[in-house]
Amino acid sequence: MSIKILIPTPLRVYAGGQDTVAVEAGTVGEVMAQLTILHPELKKHLYSEGGKLRSFVNVYLNDEDIRYLPESEATPVTPADVLSIIPSIAGGWGCPRSCAGGSGRALRCGRAQPPRTN
Amino acid sequence: MLDIPEAIYQGLRRHGEETYPYECCGILLGRSSHAAVDGVSINEVVQAVRAGNTRTDSAHNRYNIAPHDLVRAQRQGRQRGLDIIGFYHSHPDHPAQWSSTDLAEAHWIGCSYVITAVEQGRAAATRSFLLTGSSEEEKRFEDEPVSIRQNLIAEDDIEVIQSATED
Repeated sequence: MSIKILIPTPLRVYAGGQDTVAVEAGTVGEVMAQLTILHPELKKHLYSEGGKLRSFVNVYLNDEDIRYLPESEATPVTPADVLSIIPSIAGGWGCPRSCAGGSGRALRCGRAQPPRTN
Repeated sequence: MLDIPEAIYQGLRRHGEETYPYECCGILLGRSSHAAVDGVSINEVVQAVRAGNTRTDSAHNRYNIAPHDLVRAQRQGRQRGLDIIGFYHSHPDHPAQWSSTDLAEAHWIGCSYVITAVEQGRAAATRSFLLTGSSEEEKRFEDEPVSIRQNLIAEDDIEVIQSATED
């Protein structure tokens, strides 16, 4: 059966410029596998070298994050379902956890932050 | 270039004032194109969607938009033929300049990231940065000119900022 996948704007260039891709699949895992077979360039943007979904890539089956589905990638899909690929969005002026000092002050993060002017 | 209606521009600045001393965040829906003459990327904003900041542990200097809000905003946009073309957030008592965290956690290449400095509760500078590059490893922010459209907007677009968690 044909399942629709919504491709976010930054990944469309790797999916033939399409905002949606339809694949024949019976489970969530099959949908993702078919997607990367159809558009191999997507693979490195979605998965780590170890084959796991990259930490900042979210995949939703309708309104559910597939990571939290009881059957995970074995979850069956129907033609009424829509799979959405959604990279995460976060940030802020605070320092990343990896920042030396760990004070949370962006000023200590290096060249990215200019001197505070106010 | 970020092309944004005045009402939406003022709305996202106001959002930063309302959430002060915490960071606000939201999603910009619209259309992306490239200028015919010089090929410059143009992100045209049509609607802004307020999102809640889920980083309640450090909301004064961090923000995170729940992926579910992004899914809903994307769905909302598609009903109007719009895409997610950018995001906005505020820097309370901090410059309108992207931080190491902003870059590390930015993954929407081709999208505009708008930052408003909010100084003592009042919106100060607002700047936009285009996330460019061909991959996570090569991504970078570039200063992006902001063009504020003064034209009137339709009556039903006046409520330009809606909460993704309230509909």
